Amino acid sequence: MNTVTDAKDNSWNLIIKPKGKLFDFNFKDLWEYRDLLVLLVRRDIVTVYKQTLLGFFWFIIPPVLNALTYVIIFGLFAKVPTGSDNLILFYLSGVIAWGYFADCINRTSSTFRTNASIFGKVYFPRLIVPMASVLSALVKFFVQFAFLLVVMAYFGFTGSAPDVQWQIIWVLPFILLLMALSGMAIGLIISSLTTKYRDLSNIVPFAVQFLMYATPVIYPYTFFPENLRWIFDWNPLSPMIEIFRHLLMGTDRLNLLQLCGSALFTVVLLFIGLIMFNKTERNFMDTV
Amino acid sequence: MKTVVHVDQVSKMFRLGDVGSSTLTEDIRAVYHKLTGKTNSHLITADANDRAAKATSDYVWALKDINFEVKEGEIVGLVGRNGAGKSTLLKILSRTTSPTKGQIKIRGKVASLLEVGTGFHPDLSGRDNIFLNGTILGMRKAEIQAKFDQIVEFAGVQRYIDTPVKRYSSGMYVRLAFAVAAHLDPDILIIDEVLAVGDAEFQAKCLGKMKEVSDQGRTVLFVSHNMGAVADLCSRAIMLKQGTQFMDGDTDDVIRAYVKQNMNTGLKDQSALNDPTVRRGNGAVRFEHIEMLNASGQQANEFNPGDKVVVKMTVKVNEDVDDLLASISLRSGRTRDVVTSTGRNQVASGPFKAGQTLQLTYEFNALPLRPGVYETYFWLGDNRAETAFDVVDNLLAPLVVNIPEGTNSLHVIGYFDLPFKFEQKLF
Repeated sequence: MNTVTDAKDNSWNLIIKPKGKLFDFNFKDLWEYRDLLVLLVRRDIVTVYKQTLLGFFWFIIPPVLNALTYVIIFGLFAKVPTGSDNLILFYLSGVIAWGYFADCINRTSSTFRTNASIFGKVYFPRLIVPMASVLSALVKFFVQFAFLLVVMAYFGFTGSAPDVQWQIIWVLPFILLLMALSGMAIGLIISSLTTKYRDLSNIVPFAVQFLMYATPVIYPYTFFPENLRWIFDWNPLSPMIEIFRHLLMGTDRLNLLQLCGSALFTVVLLFIGLIMFNKTERNFMDTV
Repeated sequence: MKTVVHVDQVSKMFRLGDVGSSTLTEDIRAVYHKLTGKTNSHLITADANDRAAKATSDYVWALKDINFEVKEGEIVGLVGRNGAGKSTLLKILSRTTSPTKGQIKIRGKVASLLEVGTGFHPDLSGRDNIFLNGTILGMRKAEIQAKFDQIVEFAGVQRYIDTPVKRYSSGMYVRLAFAVAAHLDPDILIIDEVLAVGDAEFQAKCLGKMKEVSDQGRTVLFVSHNMGAVADLCSRAIMLKQGTQFMDGDTDDVIRAYVKQNMNTGLKDQSALNDPTVRRGNGAVRFEHIEMLNASGQQANEFNPGDKVVVKMTVKVNEDVDDLLASISLRSGRTRDVVTSTGRNQVASGPFKAGQTLQLTYEFNALPLRPGVYETYFWLGDNRAETAFDVVDNLLAPLVVNIPEGTNSLHVIGYFDLPFKFEQKLF
C-alpha cells in the first residue's frame, strides 16, 4: 500500500507500513502503471459493443432516446419553455453533458465493490481504476459529442443553424475537465464510503437523478420560480451544464464567475476524495 | 548473502463478526476518542487468534509480532494450520492489505501469485487478456509484447488466441492464466499454495516453476500446508500458530514440530469441512479419527523403510448407506502424483444405518517405500465412482520415511524398492 524509499537506507526499494500521511500518493507508481490505465479503458470500451448487433451505436442510442422522451414530454406536451427554438438540440446537448457527469459518478462510485476480487489478489495503484472509469466515460462522451456535432451540422444545412459562440469556444475543454474531475471526486468519496456503509450504494442512482433536477439540464435557469433559483446559483454543477449549452447554441446563462466557484469546489472535493480513497484502499479488503 | 525481505514486528488486527452493522456509532466514538485524547480501547483488548476459544473481544490479532529475514536466493516455506495467519501475512506481503503495526522492507521486484488470471475478462480474447492480466501483475506493455510468443506457446493455445476466453475449456483458461504469471521474472516470488489446486498436471507445473525460479538464484516465499511440497522445495520453514511466529528453522525440524502438533487435530477441525482443498465429500459417512501406529502400537508418522505401519480409522455413519468403500493413497510432495494406493476396499457388512460407528484397520507389514515425505489421502465412498462420502486430502500428518542411519541415500531415488537380482560374470 505504502511505497516510499527509506531515507536512511536507499537500497530497500519497497517498504510496507501501516499508516501513512493523510495525503500520500505515489505518483511515480501511478506512472509505472500507465499501460494498465490504457488497457482498462480499452477493456471498458471494447466489452460494451462485443456481441451486440448495433455495436458502437449503443454509445449513441441511449442519449437519443432520452432526449426524444424529453422533447415529447417536456417540450411538446408540457410545453416547458427552453429559451431555444431547437428543442432537439437543447435536450440532446443537456442529456449528453449531464450523461457524462452521471457516468463518471456511477462508474467510479462502485470502484471497490466491482473490483473487490481483483483488489484482494494483486497490488497496483488503486487510483488507476477510477481514472480508467473517467477516461472510458470520456471516450463515450466524445462519441456522443461527435454525434451532437453531426446533428448540429444537419440543422446548419437545413437553415436553422445553432448560434455557436465561437469567440469563447475555448472554454469548452475546461468545462469537460471540470465535469470529469468533479464526477471522479464525488465517485471517489462515494466509493470510499460504500465499503463501510453499504446502504449508500442504493441511494446513489436516486441522488444522481435528484441532482439532475437541481441542475438546469432539461429546463433552463428561468424555469424555476425566482425564490427557488438560489438552488441553481449554489449548485456548482449548473454553470458547467449551462455554459456547455451556451457555447454550442447560445441559450442559457454565461455565468463565468459561478464557473470559477465550481472550479474551486471541484479542487477541494477532489482533494477530499483522494484522501478518503487513499485511506480506504489500504484496508478495505478487511471489511468488504 | 543480501537480505531481501525484512519483516519487522508485523501485526494485524481484524474485526470479528458482522462488519457494517454498528460501525457508524463506533466511528463516531472513535472520532470522539481522538478529539478527547483518549486512546481507542479496542486496540488493547484484542484477543490472541485462537479460533476455538470463545471471543472476549470484537477484535482479534490475526498476526502478532512476526519477525524474520529472508536472504537472497532462499526458498522459504511458510506453514501453519488453517487460520494460523499464513494468508494474512501473504496479503500484507503482496500489499493487498496493510499491517496494523510493524513494517516490511523489500529489495527487488516482487511478484505475488495469490491467484492466476486476475482481471481476466470473459468477453475479451486470449490476446487481450494476456496484456490486461500482465499489466495488472505489474508488467509493462512492451515487456509483454516481447514475451508474447513465449507465453502463447507455454500455454499451448495458439489456435484460440483471438477467441474470447469464455469459450475456452477450463484447462485452457488456467493454462493461459498461468502462462502469464510464469513469465513475470520477479526477484522475489511470493506464491500461495491454493494455486496448486487444480488438476495434477497444473499442480506439477506450478511447483516446477517455483523450483525453476529458485534454481535461478531468486527468492521464493511459499505459503502452504502441504508438508510434502515444503519438505521438497524449501530449505527453511517458518511456522505460524494462532497468529504468532511459532518456529523458524530448518525445514525438517519445522515439519517435525508441525506434524507433532497436528497429528490428529485436523479431523476435528470443523472449518476444514468447508475447505474443499483439504476436505471434501457429501458427509453421509465421515472419518472421526485416523491414526498411524508403529510396530509397538504407538502413534507415529515417521518410519524407516521396511517398518510395519498400522492405520486405524474410526468412521461414523451419518446417513443410511447401502455400501461403503475405503481407500488410502499416498502422494508425492513435489509432483502431487499418486505414488501408490490401496485401491478401493469394500467394507463387508453393509448396509449401514445412521449412527453406526465402525473401525477400519489397514496393516502394512513391511513398508516398501523409499525415504521421503508422502502426503496422505483418505477416501470413503460407495460403489458408484462419483460419490465420495468423505475425502481427507493432505489434512493429516504426512507419512515420513526416514533415511536409516548409516546409509548413503544419495543414489537411492524413486519411491519404491524394486526386488531384483544383479549377476555378474567375468570372462
